[in-house]
Amino acid sequence: MTDPRHNSSELPSKPPIWNDPKYRALFFQVLLIAGLFYFIYTIIQNTLGNMEARGISTGFAFMSEKSGFDILQSLIPFNSDSTYGRTFIVGILNTLLVTGLGIVFATIWGFILGIARLSSNWLISKIATVYIEIFRNIPLLIQLFFWYFVVLKALPQVKESLSVFDSFFLSNRGLYMPSPIFEEGFMYTGIAIVISIIASFILRKWAKKRQESTGQQFPIFLSILGLLILFPLIVFLLTGSPLSWEVPKLGRFNIQGGVSVIPELFALLLGLTVYTASFIAEIVRSGIKAVNHGQTEAALSVGLKPSQNLRLVVIPQALRVIIPPLTSQYLNLFKNSSLATAIGYPDLVAVFMGTTLNQTGQAVEIIAMTMAVYLIVSLLISMFMNWYNAKMSLVER
Amino acid sequence: MYITNKILPELPAPSNAKGLIHWLKSNLFNGVFNSFFTLLAIFLLYKILPPIINWVFIDATWVADTREQCIGEGKGACWAYIGNRFDQIMYGFYPIDERWRPNLAGIMLILLTIPLFFEKTPKKSWLGGFILIVFPFIAYSLIHGGGLFGLEVIDTGKWGGLMLTLIISLVGILFALFLGTILALGRRSTMPIVKSLCVVFIEFWRGVPLITVLFMSSVMLPLFLPEGTDFDKLARAMIGIILFQSAYVAEVVRGGLQAIPKGQYEAASAMGLSYWKSMFLIILPQAMKLVIPGLVNTFIALFKDTTLVLIIGLFDVLAIIQNVLGSDNAWLGFFTEGLVFAAFTFWIFTFSMSRYSMALERKLDTGHRN
Repeated sequence: MTDPRHNSSELPSKPPIWNDPKYRALFFQVLLIAGLFYFIYTIIQNTLGNMEARGISTGFAFMSEKSGFDILQSLIPFNSDSTYGRTFIVGILNTLLVTGLGIVFATIWGFILGIARLSSNWLISKIATVYIEIFRNIPLLIQLFFWYFVVLKALPQVKESLSVFDSFFLSNRGLYMPSPIFEEGFMYTGIAIVISIIASFILRKWAKKRQESTGQQFPIFLSILGLLILFPLIVFLLTGSPLSWEVPKLGRFNIQGGVSVIPELFALLLGLTVYTASFIAEIVRSGIKAVNHGQTEAALSVGLKPSQNLRLVVIPQALRVIIPPLTSQYLNLFKNSSLATAIGYPDLVAVFMGTTLNQTGQAVEIIAMTMAVYLIVSLLISMFMNWYNAKMSLVER
Repeated sequence: MYITNKILPELPAPSNAKGLIHWLKSNLFNGVFNSFFTLLAIFLLYKILPPIINWVFIDATWVADTREQCIGEGKGACWAYIGNRFDQIMYGFYPIDERWRPNLAGIMLILLTIPLFFEKTPKKSWLGGFILIVFPFIAYSLIHGGGLFGLEVIDTGKWGGLMLTLIISLVGILFALFLGTILALGRRSTMPIVKSLCVVFIEFWRGVPLITVLFMSSVMLPLFLPEGTDFDKLARAMIGIILFQSAYVAEVVRGGLQAIPKGQYEAASAMGLSYWKSMFLIILPQAMKLVIPGLVNTFIALFKDTTLVLIIGLFDVLAIIQNVLGSDNAWLGFFTEGLVFAAFTFWIFTFSMSRYSMALERKLDTGHRN
């Protein structure tokens, strides 16, 4: 209780110090910080004590030690003589590979499904609905097990591979495809591709400017398509077609040559695509539905063709609704790619947090590094999508 | 001129604008594209559906005592296998004589929850509070033993199957709800240090995959604690799941807090309520009602994510099917059936929950849409 005499001598606007919100806030925050520091200090002390008791070494010296194990798939040269540091890189690259491919496939498939669900064709829209409701309500891990242990294991042996044109082989060892071999002189075609890309940008800008000043339209889509395909093709033929394909050959026990997609990658990609696409489809559907029908009516009444209405009116407005939730789906896909470890695809979690952690026992360093990678890439993806989102929403007047 | 004061009866629609033919024409064969896609879809369905239906229903073995009765030429799925191992899929290694305990807890929970779905139930908030605060102790005493009723203690290592899946997800969402609400309030706080700590905490857990969190809690947590303290695998996994999930709950609750008009906050402080009183009496009751659909969606995600605990060696329903039954010699080779059954079980739960959340959203949406 406060002293009444003391209180009356003070102005009512000045409460005692323990009732002043400013000081209270300061006090609580200081207390919180102190508590947090004490908490962290205790954890560090305990961890150091525990590690000493169990004989676990600390520090990052293990990164330059020899790993002594092989990795199923790596984008950079790797063998059992390579260091643990290199396993880290291999893991990151494999994770990024499956994430990148997964995002591309899931986006395409998700947009197709989302549009199919809005289709006026009853059968198509019902099939899309059933697909979406089945796949987004079953845990991804079960789906991955299904694709890997049931579907891919049911594929024929290497000897009886399913083949398309004798150049694509699908068996329970994975998918084998022809790989391109670039011969001398292919460089000119590459240069031609770069030139035509730059030229199409310039053309687009010019056409837009001309339309804004004179109102005349230019068949921009067709001309860019022609530019992008024809010019490189002509250069390619003129320089004597300097590209050949190394076609995989079916041997008695295995397949040689070409590029191969290991079954683990194939299953993981299939699972991630099928699962994420069902979420993306719903996002696309709600995005398109969010565009008021009056917009379409207005567009048609000012004389735009249905295709122009879609391209110039509906999609730009729908994208604004679609992009934020799409970002979180991309982030989910990236994080879900860590389920790779359950079916043996050598991603960051499987290679680094699994095998490397088991062999070195340096849990703290390895888990912290792995989490840091996921955090950083998550932040990068959301930064990029925020930038894209900001760019798209500038269209608004 | 034709004048009448009688209302003429409506004429029937033209014969080409109704009936099956009209429906087919306008829904399946309106245009070349649509006709093509319809035919393509019918062809694909014809190719895909009959084998699946044959396998699942027509050629399936529903009753069998041994594995041999299930295998053979032209036999489909072996559902008898699920029937024979049903107990294990449901309870894991929980002792058979004690299974009435989780059953009782489950039935109690269902009976307590049902009244919440009816609008006319009196004292709903008391019932909800009872379920959230008192019931967990009862359930723990029943399923784990010890505690209130002094039942025999069943080690958590023996818990498994669908029971474990449900326990993990329910306990996870319960604690995540408390922690997440605190975090959401912290994120909206005016104190800069509290706010930034909450932001860092939330964004950290949202930025990493659940597997890494589970690894962390199962490998790193024992290192963090003083030497000699040891607690079981399930509790460690639970801590990881709760921390992870609370970040997602916090973001959902924050959405609700932001949706409450500023006048409510101002009115609360004009009434002279303290911060906590204004939050718990004015703001949160309104905000929580708004975010129920979002919370159900978070719960669905958590429910699906519980399958990941098999990676750190807990025996949830999927792990029982993959690891335990996968090496069960009496019924070897029915992994597909097990997976399909697990998928179906999860689907039933998540699908009905998502329908419920959609219905709620429609109910709570009081028509501010254009």
